[in-house]
Order: sequence, then structure tokens, then C-alpha cells
Amino acid sequence: MSLELVYQYLVSKPFIHGAWNTLLITICSLFFGVMVGLVIALMQESRSRVAHGATLVYLWLFRGTPVLFQIIFVYNVLPTFGIRFTAIVSAVMALSLNEGAYMAEIIRSGLQAVKKGQRTAGLALGLTPVKVMRHIVVPQAARIILPPIGNQMIGMLKLSALVSVVAVEELLLVANQAASADFRYLEALTAAGIYYLALTTLFMAIQMLIERKLDPKSRRKGRPAGLFERLLGTSRGASVR
Amino acid sequence: MQPRKTPPLLELIGIDKSFGQQRILKNCSLNVSTGETVVIIGPSGSGKSTLLRCVNQLEPADGGNVFFQGTDVTNDPKAAPRVRRDIGMVFQNFELFSHLSAVENIMLAPMRVLGMSKHDAHDIALQLLGKVRIPDKAEHFPDELSGGQQQRVAIARALAMKPKVMLYDEPTSALDPEMIREVLDVMTELSAEGMTSLVVTHEMGFARRAADRIVFMEAGEIIENASSTEFFGGTVNDRARHFLDQILH
Ligand SMILES: Nc1ncnc2c1ncn2[C@@H]1O[C@H](COP(=O)(O)OP(=O)(O)OP(=O)(O)O)[C@@H](O)[C@H]1O
Ligand SMILES: [Mg+2]
Repeated sequence: MSLELVYQYLVSKPFIHGAWNTLLITICSLFFGVMVGLVIALMQESRSRVAHGATLVYLWLFRGTPVLFQIIFVYNVLPTFGIRFTAIVSAVMALSLNEGAYMAEIIRSGLQAVKKGQRTAGLALGLTPVKVMRHIVVPQAARIILPPIGNQMIGMLKLSALVSVVAVEELLLVANQAASADFRYLEALTAAGIYYLALTTLFMAIQMLIERKLDPKSRRKGRPAGLFERLLGTSRGASVR
Repeated sequence: MQPRKTPPLLELIGIDKSFGQQRILKNCSLNVSTGETVVIIGPSGSGKSTLLRCVNQLEPADGGNVFFQGTDVTNDPKAAPRVRRDIGMVFQNFELFSHLSAVENIMLAPMRVLGMSKHDAHDIALQLLGKVRIPDKAEHFPDELSGGQQQRVAIARALAMKPKVMLYDEPTSALDPEMIREVLDVMTELSAEGMTSLVVTHEMGFARRAADRIVFMEAGEIIENASSTEFFGGTVNDRARHFLDQILH
């Protein structure tokens, strides 16, 4: 294997562009996926039968068909109905709609994990239902749903490789093209692998930072939660009882 | 009815409540005057918690009226948050907000409901933590406090809204025996200072010390509503007597 060539691939324009597209697709799809998931979760919590029924159909459609199918459908079939998007927009759209179906479940279970008594206590203090959501339910649910959302983020990074099927210039497509042009599969795929691992590592670091931010105890004066302490899980459970 | 100058602080008139087919409250009427401490006792499932939740509109009544400070506040969802500001409530399971420290639990409502500044809310919170005798636990989170400490923070949290009346729903029944005392002491002190209180409890020692009146409920009905002296003096309904004998052993 030529390390020199791996390096050249890494810094080549197509690879950088491909990695950028992969990152962009992942982040946009995740963002819109969370939005879609939030809407569905709230519709499921609502008492309206119509809203409830609509979410069931949605989940059935998007969990019951392959993502690959959904990507190809949005890009190739919708245009025959006069609905046309660029490849990358189609890709983000299909991935977001698909992600939303899974995100809804995560968000809903997070909201439900906040016990009813916590809401009651908020209401009893005179907070309006909206403020109870904002100041009591959401902050507690956020801590519960963040780790699974982090996993979804890394899953999404890998899922994004599928959009090469509609010719979006993402990392895997670029690597594949370079490899078959130069007959250097090992080097080209190694370069792509390095990018994927770098992005995964970046996401994990971001996830950890956010989790740290959401941990209320890290705000306490005079006792900053150490990174090492946190990794080892020794900062919790300091119960007085 | 006797003519009177000022209406009672809290007046429940003929409250009915059903869950499905089951009638939980049957025509319950109860007055609580300013400064009074009223203790509600009764067997499990008799509707004590439900009655308390009807007072601050956490549970809508099916029939009857709730008057608070002379105003009919029954089943008006729009007005409910406004009414609840003035009615403190303490729960069996404390229900401290688990993502907030003790002091933040107390500050939340003054800041978010009354729009008080962080600085002022903090001052009040520290002062109240002193009042419930845990000034040193301000920065602790609920899972770092004992049950008795959590319940005292919960009392402080309710007091921070300067309520006109406090509702307690079995505030000590989730506590280990050695912690019951510290919570009851705080409640007794508040009652002695004139805080109007409506308390569901089986702690008859507390009732003896702090209550002006005892209400006995059974199967959704208020069966006895007697002054403390009458009640403990023995002039009491047979069923209430029977219940008392049971819980005292
Ligand atoms: N949300 C609800 N839905 C259906 N039934 C309910 C609900 N809340 C209470 N009940 C029923 O109403 C009855 C009275 O309940 P409540 O909690 O008021 O009793 P309680 O006197 O407080 O009892 P305990 O001493 O056990 O707390 C019980 O039979 C209970 O099962
Ligand atoms: Mg009860």
C-alpha cells in the first residue's frame, strides 16, 4: 500500500468535497429528522384521533420499506408527478423522513419517562402547561434522549453512503470512482475509511460535550465534573443517604 | 346560615367526582378559614387525595363549587394557573424537579410564574431553606438528599410563592420513621405561625398538636367534621372511632 497515495487522496479536491457532502447530508438529515420526529411524537401524545391515525400510517410506511427504496422513490418517482428536487435535496429529504420515524419513538419515550408527578408539581406551582413543558419536561427528557440521538447520528453517517445510488457525490461514491479510475482500491477506500472514522470520532466528542452540558451537576460551583472522572463514571451516586 | 363578615378562605360546596362509573367524591362540603389547620383522615381509597386535587383544580369536579377567597374558581382552566399560585401543594413523593438543585427547585416558580429576578428568587430560596432547617443543602440535587430533606425542600418550594393556603397530601407516608419528625416539626411551626393548612395525614400526634379541626372521610363522603377538642375528647362518630383504633395499632 502506498501511504503517499492515501495522503494524496485525503487532500484531493473530490475527497474533501465528498467528505463535506457526507457531513452535510448527515447533519441536515439528522436535524430535519429530529424535527419530523418531534412533530410525530407530539401528534402521538395529542388526543386527536386523526393525528394519531396519521402518525400510524407514517410510521408504517417509513419503517416498513427500505431506506434505499425511499431514496430512489423520492429522486426517481416523484418527478413523474411533476415534483422535482436535486439529488442532494432528495437524499436529505428521504433520509430525514426515514429518520423522523425512528426519532419519534426516541423522543416519545423520553417525554414519557418524565413522570406525571413532575408535571403535576409544576402545575400546582402555577406554571402554565407550556411552561411546565419548557422548564420541567423538556430539560429532563433531553437528558434521556441525547444518548440514543447520538447513536442515531453515527448511524446516519453510515446511512448517508446509500445516497450514492442517486449519484450524490458523497464520500463512498468518490472513493469508488477514484479507485476504479486508478485501480487503487486499497488506497482509495483507506482514505474514505479514515474520513468516516474521523467524522464518527468528531460526533462522539460533540455528543459527550452536550451530555456534559446537560448534566445539571456539572453546573455546580466548586465541583467541575472532570472528563476523566466522567469517563470512568465515578462522579455520580454521591448520595448522602 | 349565619351571616358573616368575611367568607372562609376556602369553601368547597357539594363536590362530586367520578372516575368512569365509580363515584369517588359524594357531595363533599368543607370550609377552611384563614389561619386554620384542618386535618383530613380516612381509609385508603376514600377520596382524600382527590378532594385535595379538586381544591387547586388539578382534578376537575363533576359537580359542586370551589370558592377561593370568595371567588368561584371551579373548573375554569384559564384561571387555574392564577389560582394555583396562591395554593401551595406538597406531595407524598416530594416531586422535586430532578434536574434542578434544591435552591433552583425553590427559585423556579417565583422566576417563571411571578417574573422575579434571579437575584431576588435566590435570596428568598436561601431564606426558606433556613426556615426548613437545611441551609447547607442549597446546591444539592434531589438524589443527594434524604427523603426528609427532600420533603422540606418541597415545602420551601411551595412557600416561595407566598401561598394563602398549603395543601399537604400524606407528606410523611413515604418517609422512614426517623425522618417523619423533622417534616412534621416544620409543618407544625408553619401552622403555629398562622399558615392556613389542609393536611391529609395519619399522624395523629401532629393532628393533636396542630389541628384546629379533624375531618373524617370514608367512601367518598365526609362523615365527621369536628373541632380538635371534640374529636380527641371522644365525642366522635363510631366509624371514625373504629378507624382511629385501627391506625393507632
Ligand atoms: N385518575 C384516576 N382514575 C381512575 N380512578 C382514580 C384516579 N384517581 C383516583 N382514583 C380512584 O379514586 C379512589 C380514591 O382515590 P384517592 O387517591 O383520592 O384516595 P385516598 O383517600 O387519597 O387514598 P390513599 O390513602 O390510598 O392515598 C380510589 O379508588 C382510586 O382508585
Ligand atoms: Mg391519597
